[in-house]
Amino acid sequence: MARSVEREKRSKHLTEEWVGRVYTLICVGLLVLTIFSMVYFVASKGLSTFFKDGVNPIDLFTGVKWAPEGEPPLFGALPFIVGSFSTSILAALIAAPLGFCAAVFIVELMPKFGRKVLQPVIELLAGIPSVVYGFVGLSVIVPFFRDIFPGQGLGLAAGGVVLSIMILPTITTIATDALAALPAGLKEGSYALGSTRWQTIYRIVLPTTLPALLTGIVLGIARAFGEALAVQMVIGNAPHIPTSLFESASTLTSAITLSMGNTIMGTAHNNALWTLALILLTMTFVFVFIVRWLERRSKV
Amino acid sequence: MQDIGLKSKNLSVFYGEKQAVKDISLDFAARQVTALIGPSGCGKSTFLRSLNRMNDLIPGAKITGEVWIGDQNILNPKTDVVLLRQKIGMVWQRPNPFHKSIYENIAFGPRYHGIRDKRKLDELVEQSLRKAALWEETKDRLHKSALALSGGQQQRLCIARSIAVKPDIILMDEPASALDPVSTAKIEELIAELKQEYCIIIVTHNMHQAARVSDRTAFFLMGELVEFDKTDKMFTNPANQQTSDYISGRFG
Repeated sequence: MARSVEREKRSKHLTEEWVGRVYTLICVGLLVLTIFSMVYFVASKGLSTFFKDGVNPIDLFTGVKWAPEGEPPLFGALPFIVGSFSTSILAALIAAPLGFCAAVFIVELMPKFGRKVLQPVIELLAGIPSVVYGFVGLSVIVPFFRDIFPGQGLGLAAGGVVLSIMILPTITTIATDALAALPAGLKEGSYALGSTRWQTIYRIVLPTTLPALLTGIVLGIARAFGEALAVQMVIGNAPHIPTSLFESASTLTSAITLSMGNTIMGTAHNNALWTLALILLTMTFVFVFIVRWLERRSKV
Repeated sequence: MQDIGLKSKNLSVFYGEKQAVKDISLDFAARQVTALIGPSGCGKSTFLRSLNRMNDLIPGAKITGEVWIGDQNILNPKTDVVLLRQKIGMVWQRPNPFHKSIYENIAFGPRYHGIRDKRKLDELVEQSLRKAALWEETKDRLHKSALALSGGQQQRLCIARSIAVKPDIILMDEPASALDPVSTAKIEELIAELKQEYCIIIVTHNMHQAARVSDRTAFFLMGELVEFDKTDKMFTNPANQQTSDYISGRFG
């Protein structure tokens, strides 16, 4: 009697294990399938520009003129690539020092106020919809630049500034976590040798947490790289390589969102937009790999 | 060589409402090792950390009384804490080498106190490592990461690091309690060596260690100083019953 109860229980446990395992596998399978089909779809569409429409990849990556409806059509994507990289890097250049200083303030200088007020406020920035950023950028930053600098105010600088605010939470949060995870003994060790707070931050805290800080910056750049709406609203959307920060420009994302609705599936123009999407996707992979590599290095 | 010791007078430390150290007056002589013993939470570490004002870093800590080094009361708010900490080295329970090379760990302090000349720094690094009995083991890999050293080596590196700043006094907070017996023996030899030049104050949980390395011993209990005497006398013939109970292992 007792033995049969035990056997029954055991078989019930086995069934539970089996159900759990199958359910997890199905979920993971679905996830992997989604990712792979997306990559496949973007790649097949994007690559057909080269294979079906006969555009030379070198022309696409180095050409400076984008006129897909022209006669003959021109597919020079360099202005978008330059626009995307320069706005993202500009955003990181602005946001990285701010984010790091905010993190130092939160962790080192005023932990109480920082953790209770400043950190939630900065994290709130991550929840604001990008159209709001674009709108604010268009109504505040663009007129501000227009008054001070030559040009319309629309351009790389406006895009970079708007993006820098959008990626500030990413960089700050990761930097705060990194600083908080620093072994306490290191700071004490430095103070005990007669270092000032500044020397300790600059010579111990910063180098020790550098890989994590860089991870935050790369994730911030990745986010900026993929942002479409807010940038599109303030960058001016002229498809050429700007010669100044205050000149109208375009990014990969803004080129896609602006033209996607006006093209017909399967045309050369449409395929060319998919190629831009493929470039975005590839760059995101590159960013993820950089982050992985940095994380591996920080463990040593 | 200077004869600089350290003197605490009516030193009390409060964490918020709680008084962790009660009215302690102690004299630490130059070129002697003084051991602070007592059960966990008796305030000996807190006392030690007040001597180079490390407690300043803890929010809510308040210190009253006086600590004299030569003719300077270091608890005076006008004291330059940075200069003070150059005169007092400190070594912790867990070795805390910086994530840098062995060389950079030693050069860290001196460099920021104005020694820029590479030859002088090289000399100082070698000298400090020799004093910490680590030179032979590390001379071929000075520019390798300090984190690759063993725990005992890391602890000697931390001692070398504090010597490099040329302090008068070295504070040690259970410097061997995270180490194996062989490394512990090396640290104890090192302490015996170093006391010829420095005033050393060491907190330890290990009675035998206190008996082996120290000249004088102070016994703390519940934040108060129970007994302070020559180590030989304290361990053979303590004046206080509580001291005798603690030393013989009847409590704590």
